[in-house]
Amino acid sequence: MTKVFERPKALTDKPFHYCPGCTHGIIHCLVAEVIDELGIREKTIGVAPVGCAVFAYEYFNCDMHEAAHGRAPAVATGIKRVHPDNVVFTYQGDGDLASIGIAEIVHAANRGEKITTIFVNNAIYGMTGGQMAPTSLLGQVTTTSPYGRNPDTEGHPIRVSEMLATVEGAAFIERVSVHDIKNINKAKRAIKKAFQVQLEGKGFAMVEVLSTCPTNWGMTPVESLKWIEENMIPYYPLGIKKEVD
Amino acid sequence: MAKVLMKGNEAIAEAAIQAGCRYFFGYPITPQNEIPAYMAKMLPKVGGCFIQAESEISAINMVYGAAGAGARVMTSSSSPGISLKQEGISYIVGAELPCLIVNIVRGGPGLGGIQPAQSDYFQAVKGGGHGDYHMVVLAPASIQEMVDLVMDGFDIADRYRNPVMVLGDGMLGQMMEPVEFKERDIVLPEKPWATTGNKDGEPRRIINSLFIDAQALEDHVHKLYRKYDEMKKNETRVECYNCENAEIIIVAYGTTARIAKNVIQMAAKEGINLGLIRPITLWPFPDDTIDRWAEADHTKAFLTLEMSMGQMVEDVRLSVNGKKPVYFYGRTGGMVPTPRAVLEEIKKIREVM
Amino acid sequence: MAQEIIISGFGGQGVMSMGQLLTYAGMLDGKNVSWLPSYGPEMRGGTANCSVILADDMIGSPIVTEATALIAMNLPSLEKFEQALVPRGLLIVNSSLVNKKAKRDDIDAYYVPANEIADQLGNFRVANMVMLGAYLEKTQAVSLDSVMKSLREVLGPSKEHLIPINQKALERGAQLVTSIHQRV
Repeated sequence: MTKVFERPKALTDKPFHYCPGCTHGIIHCLVAEVIDELGIREKTIGVAPVGCAVFAYEYFNCDMHEAAHGRAPAVATGIKRVHPDNVVFTYQGDGDLASIGIAEIVHAANRGEKITTIFVNNAIYGMTGGQMAPTSLLGQVTTTSPYGRNPDTEGHPIRVSEMLATVEGAAFIERVSVHDIKNINKAKRAIKKAFQVQLEGKGFAMVEVLSTCPTNWGMTPVESLKWIEENMIPYYPLGIKKEVD
Repeated sequence: MAKVLMKGNEAIAEAAIQAGCRYFFGYPITPQNEIPAYMAKMLPKVGGCFIQAESEISAINMVYGAAGAGARVMTSSSSPGISLKQEGISYIVGAELPCLIVNIVRGGPGLGGIQPAQSDYFQAVKGGGHGDYHMVVLAPASIQEMVDLVMDGFDIADRYRNPVMVLGDGMLGQMMEPVEFKERDIVLPEKPWATTGNKDGEPRRIINSLFIDAQALEDHVHKLYRKYDEMKKNETRVECYNCENAEIIIVAYGTTARIAKNVIQMAAKEGINLGLIRPITLWPFPDDTIDRWAEADHTKAFLTLEMSMGQMVEDVRLSVNGKKPVYFYGRTGGMVPTPRAVLEEIKKIREVM
Repeated sequence: MAQEIIISGFGGQGVMSMGQLLTYAGMLDGKNVSWLPSYGPEMRGGTANCSVILADDMIGSPIVTEATALIAMNLPSLEKFEQALVPRGLLIVNSSLVNKKAKRDDIDAYYVPANEIADQLGNFRVANMVMLGAYLEKTQAVSLDSVMKSLREVLGPSKEHLIPINQKALERGAQLVTSIHQRV
């Protein structure tokens, strides 16, 4: 009998703790499959964030380093400078990367750190219970924007990919989504590209993945996937934002 | 090797390089700027790496990453910048990683000033960051001692897998003295726990300070405290100067210990017999030594001398434990006590003794 | 006895390097030495000063508060530090820039037109060496041999051609204080 699917080697056997309908699990799988396909598991070092993916070090079956909130790009910089021949990636959410860690990500990109960042944008703080994120959409109700995000008082959602595309040291920036199969496949290609860019030593690479949070959005998993398509993608257009040859 | 004349800050950097440190992550702040400048110039020549980070926060997290990756690594800053590093220091302790952190202290609070101070004592020895933890805190009083302690500091950090802090001040950082770099065999220990890539069939390396289960965290903290007990046993360092027959013993570290030696000489000319206990490690604190001298009949009182409003004095009082009176004299905000002013203070104490 | 010296002047007058040279020479003579600069914003344009201690015994505080000598390169330096001199302390004033005399009469004061001499020698930058020459002549604090060695070390191979003019400046300063004996 031919095995048509198996768990990626770059994932441990530990069951994910993510909520039903959360797309973190899909994104973990995509990253792990890419690591397997590129044959780089033994030289990959991952940096886990603070947020829902805080336990990423229990799931990715490679050497892992758990960073403080927002500091993953700085930690990854330290690791990569010590081991330039290893593959170093960070896995960060929107609160971690776009709020508290915005300085770290901009400067890591600007230094052209040869690292890969997987940026999971679900427009909300999940782990802490549904607070407003810098990427929360206008009008989006969260525990800290109970009347809907108001641009006059809470500002506008940040388009991180577009912003980082303006940074000289960034070699590859793409925004993808995981709300359907077609987009999941595209997301995987983008993630693979982002690792290849690092392997080729071109510079900083980031894939922003639009992701769900059914629990804190107050939706069913199916409604959540639809919400990405109907509300997030119009504001966060998919596609390659920067690619250096 | 012949002696060379060096600024304290440059001597720290050179000592670190000679101790095998090849990674430095920092951010500019007065009065420690000579350290990153020296590292930026010299590290590339020895195959090392210098990064001027975007902030002190980022710098300490680069240290966190590099230490986890197995490198001999350091950062330096001055008071406000060290405040910013506290989060990272707490993580580094929690994840049990070795590194060296240099604080060339300036006056505070807030932006404070840029002149020398000792007002970061509490921050250095009582935590600073969050959680139950300690660091070995080394307090040099000369440029030579700075060099020696920086070199020792890396070894101590490796021995316990715990950060070590060198606590200087603006004066020690800026002054020049002759210094000798003694030949040392640099033996970097094996670090099987470091993230280097997980070979098939070998256990994964995870650098982490998160223990979501309360019992697991308590067990982890207990493990850290067993290390601290070892540090107390093995790493406590103190200099006793002229304490035999001293009627008043000054307790001071770093710059103020130098001033105390002037005071002792001046007092001797007036027939007053003073001694000095100089903690070289501020943590672990040499409480046994202080207790021993507190027991002595000739010791009538202690005077703690600091460039702060009185921080170490609390540890001195705990060590003396009521056996003798403990007085305090300090200047703060970047003011440096003059030997004469301290001597006047001593005379006042003698009047009430 | 320990020499405790304050050297002070405008930024750019070579105050720090003069102090370092003296400290270096003291080290070569086998003394305990320390050099401490003022640091901070005043380094740029304002008054800069450094403390130098040359001693046979151990050195405590590197801050000179009771100076055995003051080298004042400008007026603010004289006004700020004259009081720091011990009785019978040595004061050397750059009379090219300072047209005032010392207020105290319990010190030994010498007035050296360092800038004029430096200009005569053809390089205004060596005014500090003229002052140092005067100081060394009066105190014999360190050997001239060690000063020359230090100079070579401090200037480095790229500026070795400047050694003769620096040496001349040191000599002129020394000659001046032996001949004029301008004592207050």
